[in-house]
Amino acid sequence: MVPEGLHYTKAHEWIKVEGDRGRIGITHFAQSQLGDIVFAELPQVGRVLRQMEAFGVVESVKAVSDLYCPLTGEVLEVNSSLESSPEQINADPYGEGWIIAVHIADPRELANLMSAEEYKAFLAAEEH
Amino acid sequence: MNAATGLLKRTPLFEAHRRLGARMVAFGGWEMPVQYAGILDEHRAVREHAGLFDVSHMGEIELRGSGALEAIQRLTPNDASRLSVGEVQYSALTTPDGTFVDDITVYKFADDRYWLTVNAANTEKDFAWIREHLVSNAEVKDISDDMALLALQGPRAQEILEKLTSVDLRTLRYFRFVEGQVIGIDCCISRTGYTGEDGFEIYIPPQHTVTLWNALLEAGTPVGLQPCGLGARDTLRLEAKMALYGQDIDDRHTVLEADLGWIVKLEKGEFIGREALVRQKANGISRKLVGFEMCGRGIARPHYAIVSGSQSIGEVTSGGPSPSLGKNIGLGYVATQYAAIGTEFDIVIRGQSVAARVVRTPFYKRAH
Repeated sequence: MVPEGLHYTKAHEWIKVEGDRGRIGITHFAQSQLGDIVFAELPQVGRVLRQMEAFGVVESVKAVSDLYCPLTGEVLEVNSSLESSPEQINADPYGEGWIIAVHIADPRELANLMSAEEYKAFLAAEEH
Repeated sequence: MNAATGLLKRTPLFEAHRRLGARMVAFGGWEMPVQYAGILDEHRAVREHAGLFDVSHMGEIELRGSGALEAIQRLTPNDASRLSVGEVQYSALTTPDGTFVDDITVYKFADDRYWLTVNAANTEKDFAWIREHLVSNAEVKDISDDMALLALQGPRAQEILEKLTSVDLRTLRYFRFVEGQVIGIDCCISRTGYTGEDGFEIYIPPQHTVTLWNALLEAGTPVGLQPCGLGARDTLRLEAKMALYGQDIDDRHTVLEADLGWIVKLEKGEFIGREALVRQKANGISRKLVGFEMCGRGIARPHYAIVSGSQSIGEVTSGGPSPSLGKNIGLGYVATQYAAIGTEFDIVIRGQSVAARVVRTPFYKRAH
C-alpha cells in the first residue's frame, strides 16, 4: 500500500506533485497505526507553510497526531469534507482522504523526501 | 515495566491475541491487546451484542483468617460487614489523607476468606500496603499468578455463557458471584464488569485460559461476540463513568472529590483516611470530578486545562469520543462552584478555548 509516483516523509505524509501544485495526505501505514480516525483539524486556505511545519492534527479514538507539510508552500485548498467524515482518511488515504493541497514554492525540496521504494525500506526498518 | 527485569509480563493468551491480529501495547507492566478489528467496531459489539476481554493482568489478593473482615474494614471506606457470601462490593484502599492507594472490588467467599481484585499496575503496591496494615489473625496472599480473568460483556453475554455452563445464570444478580464449572473447568463467575453493560467476569486457573477463551469465542461469534481490547474497554468505561486509576483517581484526590462518596460509610467505624474524610465532609470539598460534553469542535484529552474565561479552574482526567452518543465527552476535576449540571466552561485544546458543559453522568446507561 505504498503507491508509486508519490513522495513520502518520515512522518508518514505523502505528496502528489501535479505541476506547481501538491496534494497531501497521510499514508496507509499511518492511518492503520492510528486506527479509527474521529477528528481532523485543518489549516486556513492561504496559510504559508514551511517544509515539515506542523499544519494540522488528526485524532483517532485514543491518539492525537500532528500533520507535517512535505514541501514549503501556500495552502490552496483543504478537504473540508473531513470535518464531517474524518473516517475517509482510514477508508481511502490516497484518494478521498486527502487532506490539503499546496502551491509548491521550491521543487528542489523534493530531494528531501523519499520515493515509494525508499519509503517501503524505511517502513521495513521501522518495524525492526 | 517490571522493575526487576525491564520486561513486560504476558498473559496466557498472548499468542492467541497475536493470532487474532491484535495490536499489543504496554499497559501497567503487561503487554496487552489494545485492539483487534478496531476500537469503534469492538465498542459497538459490546453495546449491541457482546465482547470478550482478556483482563488477566488484573491482580487478586486473598485475605484469610478470623481477622480478615477486620483488616478489610480498616483498609477500605465501604462497609464490608454488609457483604453476604457470594457478594461483591466496589471499594478502595485509602491513604490517611482519604485519597486512593487503589480502587478495588471485594469478594466474600466465607466469613474468614475474602478476595480483593486490584489494578494490574498497583498489585505489588497494594499487597505491600495491606501487609503493612494487617491486623492480627489475618493472612494476606498475592494470588494473581494463580488466576487469569476473562470479561464477557454485553446484552448477549448470559445467552453465550449459558451454552457452556450448568450454573444458573438467571438467578445470579448484579455484583454477585458463584463458584462453578464452565466447560468442565472450575471457575469463579462474577456478574460484574467495567463497560456499563450486563456481563460476567470469569476467574480461571491460567492453564485453562486458552481453552475457555476459544470456547467462549466459538459459542459467541454466531451472535456477534468479538474479542475486544483495552481501547474499547476505555471508551466503554468512560461512557459508564467508571473511574480509571492513574487518570480519574489517584493518591492526590480524595474519594469525596472523586464523586465516589457512596463508597464512604463513615458510620461503620475507624478506617484509614476516615478522619480526613470526616473533616472534608464537614468543611466541604474545593474540587470535584465532573462529566462534561464538548459543545465546540474538539476532543478533550487527559491533562488539558479547564478554564473559565482567563481563569484556570481544573484539569481533564479522561476524554475522548463517545461512540454510543456520537459526542465528545470527558471527565475532569473542577473547582466546586463549576461542578453543577449545565455549568459551561472551556477546555484548552492546542491553545484554543473550546466550549464544554457539565452533564449528568453516567453519560451512557443501558436501557435493560
